Amino acid sequence: MKGKQGQWQHLYKVLSKPGPYSDEDWVPGVETVNALESSKILVIGAGGLGCEILKNLALSGFKDIHVIDMDTIDISNLNRQFLFRQADIGKPKAEVAAAFVEKRVKGVKITPFVGKIQDKDEDYYMQFKIVICGLDSIEARRWINSTLIGMVDPEDPESLKPLIDGGTEGFKGQARVILPTLSSCIECQLDMHAPRPAVPLCTIATIPRQPQHCIEWAHQIAWQEKRKDDSFDSDDMEHISWVYNAALQRAQHFHIHGVTFQMTQGVVKNIIPAIASTNAVIAASTTSEVLKIATSCNPYLENYMMYAGEEGVYTYTFEAEKKPDCPVCGNLARKMTVNADMTLGDFIDSLGERAEAQLKKPSLRTEEKTLYQRFPPQLEEHTRPNLRLKLRELLEDGEEVAVSDPAYTIDFRYRLNFQ
Amino acid sequence: MTDAFPATLAGPTSKERRYDRQLRLWAASGQQALEDARVLLVNSDGPLGSSSTGVSGVAGVETLKNLVLPGIGGFTIVDPATVTEADLGVNFFLEQDSLGKSRADETCRLLRELNPDVQGYSYSKPIAELLQDPAFLPQHKLIIISGPAKRSTLDPLCLEAQELGIPVLYTHSVGFYATFSSQLAAEFPIVETHPDPETTQDLRLLNPWPELVGAAAALPNLETLDDHQHGHVPYILLLLHFLEEWKQSHEGNAPSNYKEKTEFREFVRSKTRTDNAEGGEENFDEAVAAVLKTISPFTLRSTIREIFEMKQCQTLTADSADFWIIASAINTFYTKHNVLPLPGSLPDMKAQSADYVSLQNIYKSKARADVEEVLSTVRQLESQLNRPTAQIPDRDIEVFCKNAAHIKVVRGRAIPQINSNSDPETLSSIRNQLALGQLGLPESLVSVFIATQILDAVVDEIQSSSQNSSLSVDDEALWKSHTERIMALLQRDDPTPLDEEARESIENAIMELRRAEGGELHNIASLAGGLVAQEALKVLTRQYVPMDNTCVFDGARSRSEMYRL
Repeated sequence: MKGKQGQWQHLYKVLSKPGPYSDEDWVPGVETVNALESSKILVIGAGGLGCEILKNLALSGFKDIHVIDMDTIDISNLNRQFLFRQADIGKPKAEVAAAFVEKRVKGVKITPFVGKIQDKDEDYYMQFKIVICGLDSIEARRWINSTLIGMVDPEDPESLKPLIDGGTEGFKGQARVILPTLSSCIECQLDMHAPRPAVPLCTIATIPRQPQHCIEWAHQIAWQEKRKDDSFDSDDMEHISWVYNAALQRAQHFHIHGVTFQMTQGVVKNIIPAIASTNAVIAASTTSEVLKIATSCNPYLENYMMYAGEEGVYTYTFEAEKKPDCPVCGNLARKMTVNADMTLGDFIDSLGERAEAQLKKPSLRTEEKTLYQRFPPQLEEHTRPNLRLKLRELLEDGEEVAVSDPAYTIDFRYRLNFQ
Repeated sequence: MTDAFPATLAGPTSKERRYDRQLRLWAASGQQALEDARVLLVNSDGPLGSSSTGVSGVAGVETLKNLVLPGIGGFTIVDPATVTEADLGVNFFLEQDSLGKSRADETCRLLRELNPDVQGYSYSKPIAELLQDPAFLPQHKLIIISGPAKRSTLDPLCLEAQELGIPVLYTHSVGFYATFSSQLAAEFPIVETHPDPETTQDLRLLNPWPELVGAAAALPNLETLDDHQHGHVPYILLLLHFLEEWKQSHEGNAPSNYKEKTEFREFVRSKTRTDNAEGGEENFDEAVAAVLKTISPFTLRSTIREIFEMKQCQTLTADSADFWIIASAINTFYTKHNVLPLPGSLPDMKAQSADYVSLQNIYKSKARADVEEVLSTVRQLESQLNRPTAQIPDRDIEVFCKNAAHIKVVRGRAIPQINSNSDPETLSSIRNQLALGQLGLPESLVSVFIATQILDAVVDEIQSSSQNSSLSVDDEALWKSHTERIMALLQRDDPTPLDEEARESIENAIMELRRAEGGELHNIASLAGGLVAQEALKVLTRQYVPMDNTCVFDGARSRSEMYRL
């Protein structure tokens, strides 16, 4: 076998012998190495996880890697995104990361795309063997999840693209393996990643108690009042400084302590703490799964590994359940319990925060009628009066509602049961 | 009280911007501790046998990557190996031009590119040579050793580190397996453990101090309030108020068991106004939800009691660490008041701004008074002990008081090994883990630790004797003899034979480990580098809680375990 003394000798040793946990039918050796080298991999995200993932894939013997990211490099990335330097600030992440790894690791080809995943269609995603995500956005994860599930053709095994997903927050993170339509998907697991509850608007507007309330006021209310002609840009230092000063004044007025510039940035940009070490752990566990799936050299993760590093090293590996009422991969509508006296407008607002929905701009219809439709404007105007009606005036108890949202390509189906 | 607001309107410095995402985890104090630290990596120590130049050291280099990025002060790489073709396939911090050069120098150079503020030093010689200079080790705040290392290297290094009080992390990354163990000081205290804020509330509703009692007593008759006022009374005052009412009908006693607490909860719920515009009241909902969690007397957690009872806390000397002086002062406070100093934080709750702020000030003032009391005890102790060092900073005492209920002392142990000198505790912990299968629990990964110990023994034999240098790290006879020896050692103190399941588990771990012939897979090395760096960060910042004392990651089955061995 090639490379007895070569670059890949450590890797080839493992791929050339069976192990106690590898499948009995697995054939180690050249065939496996060929499977590895011919697997085209897509990496979504070239940030904290993405940089690690690209390095890991290149040093796992993959030869043809593509990477998508729409962002440019910021100074706050440099504490963990190790493929970037001070001089790279402002350049596109995907391009700089791809060029760096290509230069460092002999024989790997990395193709960058600077843009959004939504810019690409099914033909594009169909060319890959495995898709691996290192994203900080739930919305992007849900989009790629539903797209890959929509691509599955039961007649064509090649149409099934395993999706490996990683995510981190501070010392915590998770890695998961999704076989579209066969195993629990991102949408099945949505309620495990509930958004933080928002502060009620009346608190922000009239009775602030925390420094964060003052910052939210400056960001959401004062900016609208005083600078409605400028569109707020959270990366513009002048804008952040303005919000900080406005928040500070409001805090002084209410004798509230603790508004700082750092907190202002954190609240306004919804900053999640991030460190190199957690990214390394999660990225490596996702790429290890990619290697195992591409080569069958060991069993892959079924299907979720949670990691927490604040107190010692803790992982919990379990099989998340595929839900028959998952709006994306299931065939049943998901049950949702609602107050029948709630107006349609309030219900629509609540969909943004409900853990099992998290839809920001939903349009709703039943099998018989359109309840509320955002586009086109004529239809919006036509359905707007429904927003003031109570759910019991629009729906039967247990009726199914299809929800669409511009962020996703598919409809979400819910069965609304009255409390 | 005075309102002191920061006058500065300047934005963050470029350093604060660079480190923003981590400062939110360990703050400026943690960052300073990192910047004051130099870390030693002993990354290889001679060939692993005829066909290998030595430990490839990827986990070690990846660990340093994760420490250079957040800005440790500096690092030292000790690695006598030269760069081979095989290194280029597994180590990202080497390039084509590195071939044939010193691996220490090359990895050092490429790691330094990650952060211009970090100093890097490299030595292409065995660690034993460097140890001859007594000034070498004390420059470092942490030592990371990439295993397998021969005992004649490992043992003296760990011993010297222990004498100098320098923590050690000993790591293995072989094929799909990673293991690492830590050697911390015999008493390794942590003040800022960062517990989940949800679990740490201390509101003292059953033993309020006079100012808090006064605030509740000053509430007007609730029935006279209009709906708006009634719906904005902070829930803490509601609970204190209703507790008084409850006591009047319960012989002066507060609800003390689950049944009474649920009765009290229903009592509070019954006071909610539902005939208002909203059809309910958020502050009453909050009060109802808080009953079970907050209506409990203060109890000292057993872990804190144990710390108070430790010899270091009971018998202070002029050389006692700051931690023990403050802990002793807090013990005095506890003995006197039967509570710990009040942390002073108040959760957010439905309330008018001014009412909330004034309640918050009652908590803050009490916390400040408690700190003052502890501070004066500390100053007394300092003068009684005639300490040669500078006064303990006020700020440290304040942070300690705030975290008093959650401090930890890890009792460090030597790096666990399975050999003829093994600590009986280590062997018995391993046997207990191996017996888990009999209890119907999932198979323990301790078998992976055993397999790495056999690898250590094999390498030790190859490296320790010159006539063995022609042997391979995959030599069948060597593995057989050391496996038998280690299995016998496992039965040294407990002659009960290992059951079939345990034997099979160990055999499987050996087989999986040997697949790699001592080599690293980049993914697993990188993952190990993440875990080891995380431990290094915790040890250096003295924040969060370090692992105690051994961790195994099994990449074949995507899971990890932790043991105290």
